[in-house]
Amino acid sequence: MTEEKKTYTFTTRSKVVSNKKMTFMEKIYFPAIIKGMLITFSHLFKKKTTIQYPEVKRNIAEIYRGKHVLKRDDEGRERCTACGLCALSCPAEAITMIAAERKADEMHLYREEKYAKVYEINMLRCIFCGLCEEACPKEAIFLTNEIVPSNYERENFIYGKDKLVEPMDKDKRIDISKRQTTAVLEFKKDKNQSHNN
Amino acid sequence: MEEKKNHIEAEHKIFGPEDFEKNYSTLNLGPTHPATHGIFQNILTMNGETIEGAEQTIGYIHRAFEKIAERRPFYQITPLTDRLNYCSSPINNIGWHMTVEKLLGVKTSKRIDYMRIIIMELARITDHLICNSVIGVDSGALTGFIYLFQEREKVYDIYEEICGARLTTNLGRIGGFERDFTPSVIKKINDFLNGLPKVLKQFENLLIRNRIFMDRTIDVGAISAERALNYGFTGPCLRATGVDYDVRVMNSYSSYNDFDFIVPVGTNGDTYDRFCVRQEEMWQSIKLVKNALENLPEGNYHMDVPEFYLPPKEDVYSKMEPLIWHFKIVMGEIEVPVGEVYHSVEGGNGELGFYLVSDGGRTPYRLHFRRPGFIYYQAYPEMIKGSVLSDAILTMSSMNIIAGELDA
Repeated sequence: MTEEKKTYTFTTRSKVVSNKKMTFMEKIYFPAIIKGMLITFSHLFKKKTTIQYPEVKRNIAEIYRGKHVLKRDDEGRERCTACGLCALSCPAEAITMIAAERKADEMHLYREEKYAKVYEINMLRCIFCGLCEEACPKEAIFLTNEIVPSNYERENFIYGKDKLVEPMDKDKRIDISKRQTTAVLEFKKDKNQSHNN
Repeated sequence: MEEKKNHIEAEHKIFGPEDFEKNYSTLNLGPTHPATHGIFQNILTMNGETIEGAEQTIGYIHRAFEKIAERRPFYQITPLTDRLNYCSSPINNIGWHMTVEKLLGVKTSKRIDYMRIIIMELARITDHLICNSVIGVDSGALTGFIYLFQEREKVYDIYEEICGARLTTNLGRIGGFERDFTPSVIKKINDFLNGLPKVLKQFENLLIRNRIFMDRTIDVGAISAERALNYGFTGPCLRATGVDYDVRVMNSYSSYNDFDFIVPVGTNGDTYDRFCVRQEEMWQSIKLVKNALENLPEGNYHMDVPEFYLPPKEDVYSKMEPLIWHFKIVMGEIEVPVGEVYHSVEGGNGELGFYLVSDGGRTPYRLHFRRPGFIYYQAYPEMIKGSVLSDAILTMSSMNIIAGELDA
């Protein structure tokens, strides 16, 4: 009971920031109300910050982590070799795949001799963390800056290869070069590498 | 009668038998009450408008993160930390990475430290923006909240440009970052820093010297420095009581001691003090980000730790040895030292600690998150006892308890 209020100071940088003593002008509180009204009123003449969705859309960053895409190579063969690293690295366990062996007449469809017969991502489980993209050693799976659309049925959120694999048409391919480092883009120009042809 | 009395007594142990002679009524505040901003349940015993006692319930959104973490390789735990305090998830991500780096003995370069400071201070600004504007909402001033939320959107745009996500960021990797700051990131940060002081000043003009707000918050939900220290308070809630404890100063991490900043403190730990402390911390954070951005050294955005950081993709695509390491890291088959570490960072609402025990396996043997919100919530009944219901709501929002962090 020796001291009324003990102070605890650990550093020399502290500074008391709250001042609870009110001046006379603050006590009569009309000036504060008028000041507040003026601030609110001034906002009437400012530029609107709301975006008129869906007529106007916000600029989404190029590296946004949205809907996945399974890439094809330049000749239209699927890059995925069903190694399973993406499914293993997925913290939400959203990826399911069944591997199959490539037949002799499927050389134009699949790049490697093993391919993913079934490749499903459950978009309700997926947390869009981007670890599958990082884990892929074959440049096969990427996230895009598209947003997964809503749906009425839970089943429709399980995206199979029909929705994930990018179109065969060269003009409709999805450009993911913004997500790759400059060193990778440089490397991809070297056509002597077996990865690039 | 006797039986009923015993039954009530068992439910509310904090009351003596004589209390039940009075006319108390029980009020369930929550679990889904619009004023509590999350899944919190409080069983209040009311005497008219006055709160005589409260019992808090936790665990409504318990997702067993600590248990899930025991089955996940280290890099997969980052998305779990996103979901603790989701108002400032980059701090959680970076705190977890620094914990693992401490275990592995990885020293990060100045550039990574400064990049981390920039991101963590931006996250602190968003966290305080939300908390302070919500104090305004709960005391009846919705306008400031809407003005400040525009600024929060800008920080989320910066996150989006850095890592690709806005709320659950999964930002950074063990040993550094997944990608460097692009010029557009730097531009967006500068734009934000130029625009924020004006908006923040305007917000202060609206509330900080307004008598209605002051009457509403001064001496509401006060706690003494002794009680706060006994409970284990940290962060703005402790500094509001007058104790200048800040992890960034006391136990400096990520080169925070390169910068000089003020630790704002309050006087008696009420809602107004907490508001003022957060407000001043935002000004300090702006200064810190500016300083760190100016002095950002050149260099690589990740450390050279081939055992833990994924090898460059062009090598993985073409060479055997990096491919083997790539598989080992993704599968979590790297050798992790045996040991236990505790690392804490100054999170948005207090000291966010990670206690990690490793037995050398691919996953942590045990991981504990020291969540500041969990500790504040223990003191909540004491802080609201004797106050009125509307003050209890204000006290809860001023402590910045996030449901995801409370229940982990």
